[in-house]
Amino acid sequence: MTAATTLAAAEAAPPPAAPGARRTVRTTGLLVGLALLAVAVLASISVGAKQIPLDQVWHGLFEATGTENDHIVRGLRLPRTAIGVAVGAALGLAGAVMQTLTRNPLADPGLLGVNAGASAAVVTSISLLGVTSFTGYLWFAFAGAGVAAVAVNALGGSRAATPVRLALAGTAVNAALFGYVNGLQLWDLSALETMRHWSIGTLAGRRGDLLLPALPFLVAGALLALALARPLNAMALGDDTARSLGAHLGRTRVLSIVAITLLCGAATAVCGPIGFIGLMIPHAVRAFCGPDTRWLFPYCAVFAPVLLLGSDIVGRVLVPPYEIEVGVVTAFLGGLLFIQLVRRRKVAHL
Amino acid sequence: MNVPHAPARPKYSAIVVVRSRGGLSLRFRRRALLVCAVLAVLGAALMVFSLGMGAYELGPADVVRTLFGDGPPGADFVVNELRMPRVLDGLLAGFAMGMSGAVFQSLSRNPLGSPDIIGFGSGASAGALVAIIVLEAGTVQTAVGAVAGGLATAFAVYLLAWQRGVHGYRLVLIGIGASAVLSSLTSYLFVRADIGKAAEAATWMIGSLNGRGWGDVRVAALGIVVLVPVVLGLGRRLSMLEMGDEAAAALGVAPERSRVWLLAAGTGLTAMAVAAAGPIPFVALAAPQLARRLTRSAGPNMLPAAWMGAVLVTAADWTAQRISGSAILPVGVVTGVAGGLYLAWLLLLERRSGRL
Repeated sequence: MTAATTLAAAEAAPPPAAPGARRTVRTTGLLVGLALLAVAVLASISVGAKQIPLDQVWHGLFEATGTENDHIVRGLRLPRTAIGVAVGAALGLAGAVMQTLTRNPLADPGLLGVNAGASAAVVTSISLLGVTSFTGYLWFAFAGAGVAAVAVNALGGSRAATPVRLALAGTAVNAALFGYVNGLQLWDLSALETMRHWSIGTLAGRRGDLLLPALPFLVAGALLALALARPLNAMALGDDTARSLGAHLGRTRVLSIVAITLLCGAATAVCGPIGFIGLMIPHAVRAFCGPDTRWLFPYCAVFAPVLLLGSDIVGRVLVPPYEIEVGVVTAFLGGLLFIQLVRRRKVAHL
Repeated sequence: MNVPHAPARPKYSAIVVVRSRGGLSLRFRRRALLVCAVLAVLGAALMVFSLGMGAYELGPADVVRTLFGDGPPGADFVVNELRMPRVLDGLLAGFAMGMSGAVFQSLSRNPLGSPDIIGFGSGASAGALVAIIVLEAGTVQTAVGAVAGGLATAFAVYLLAWQRGVHGYRLVLIGIGASAVLSSLTSYLFVRADIGKAAEAATWMIGSLNGRGWGDVRVAALGIVVLVPVVLGLGRRLSMLEMGDEAAAALGVAPERSRVWLLAAGTGLTAMAVAAAGPIPFVALAAPQLARRLTRSAGPNMLPAAWMGAVLVTAADWTAQRISGSAILPVGVVTGVAGGLYLAWLLLLERRSGRL
């Protein structure tokens, strides 16, 4: 164990437990998370405008014979659920990386404008540049996410950034970008139907073939984020301490931003901007796994899809003939948690 | 009879004091007054241009003649009945937004802390949407809904932010959280509404002056007549609060009580403006900053900010009509894009001067 992780672990566990016991607890938690994820996946395939009993779900997944339910399961619900899992994991990981990198408990790719940047870039590419293929506008999503991340950081005061400044800068950039997206949609009414979901993220009507081209980028971003867990652990202790522990600050920062851009850009290109997953999940799982990023990141990757699928299911059943976009549900939950966080912590002094 | 007081020291020549014999005095900055006057003239000019624009084109001279009652035949109806409510509505709503923006930015001590960013505008929007979609309300009920929603949100945010007093930063952050919750509730209302009303509400949400009538003008005017004197009366306390709670208390201003009154008055102004013109974005954010750059004076600059807001909305609506040619493009789209450019400019400025 390096000095950094020993320090982080010591900070994490107020009653110092034996390292072995702690590891067992954490591993159990991760397994519980995987079990929850399996339940969420099954529920997401089963629940909807047409309820499909679990035995029919099984039938559709593994021994499909072309019944109506099989078509719903394989053609609609399975792609939707798969996208939910991939995007949820990406957003959760991105949020955890952002919170650790900026040492800001209120960081979130949605709140800080990264998703909105990707969304605005995609809409621009579709509407003004005539890009039609998904792989074409995926690159625009990356560019938009990266530019927005850098811009919000600069507007928030760079090195002097406090959570308040960053949150305000992110909200303002979000407002400007959504105004721009809405304006383009009104301008180009013919494309309104294809661009509708770029102001609120949704899993509805997503085809499975969108996931495949985005998947390599999502996987690359996730692997990069997991590989950064160790240096980010050191950076959580402050720049000076991290440097003395042998972390490369500049390299870690740049690679973290690359990981965030890959994860958020690809996720937004597939689903539109979904906020607050990256805010909620790290706070929720930290209670179980502590601030050690080597555990935090895998926990986020497992629990975030549970939250996203759960929110999606709630959106499906709340107003029966219609569906509420998953981005709306996560914003509601996330907003409440955000208020609670602000009330509980002395945020300005973090 | 007023006697202009000759400045004793050249250092303070920028400030003019007018005293009456009865012991009343008025103290103002010459430059701020000049800025207000220039902006008012600019606003009036833009108004004349807007009134002349449309399917029935009129030159500025014809518009002015029509306003005084002897214009070309038929122009009276077009200018005074069809176009006047829209233009006046934008002007008054912009005025209210600019002033409330100045109040909130000063209270939160942050140039980005305007009511549309920190959730007080979205409270008013949510209230108005409940009125439109659920209660099928007309103009007056929508206004009542917006004011009720705005004040309820402000009250809730204030209570949630209260921990032995309210600090600017906590108010801002809780406002941002509340804004997220409220806008998701708004989306929920959209999904539930039938398609016709959803379309009406959608245009309303972007901030549009299309189809505004005299009822909306009355709402905005009422807000301004009632609340602007209140805000101006509290203005001196606001300048004290900018120096910090301790300093303000030492100078005889009760910080918490003043903040509550200012919040209530500012929220009322925002809500009335939102009720009259929809949540036109970025006016409340940009107007106080632009006004401050023109007057070059510290403090909240409330009146210059208000006039700047009026000019911004009128200019944006004029631009929107110019671009689309048929008055379809909502004014909120123009201010939204302009707001993005303004943010970019703030960014550049911040890089150069190292502060924001």
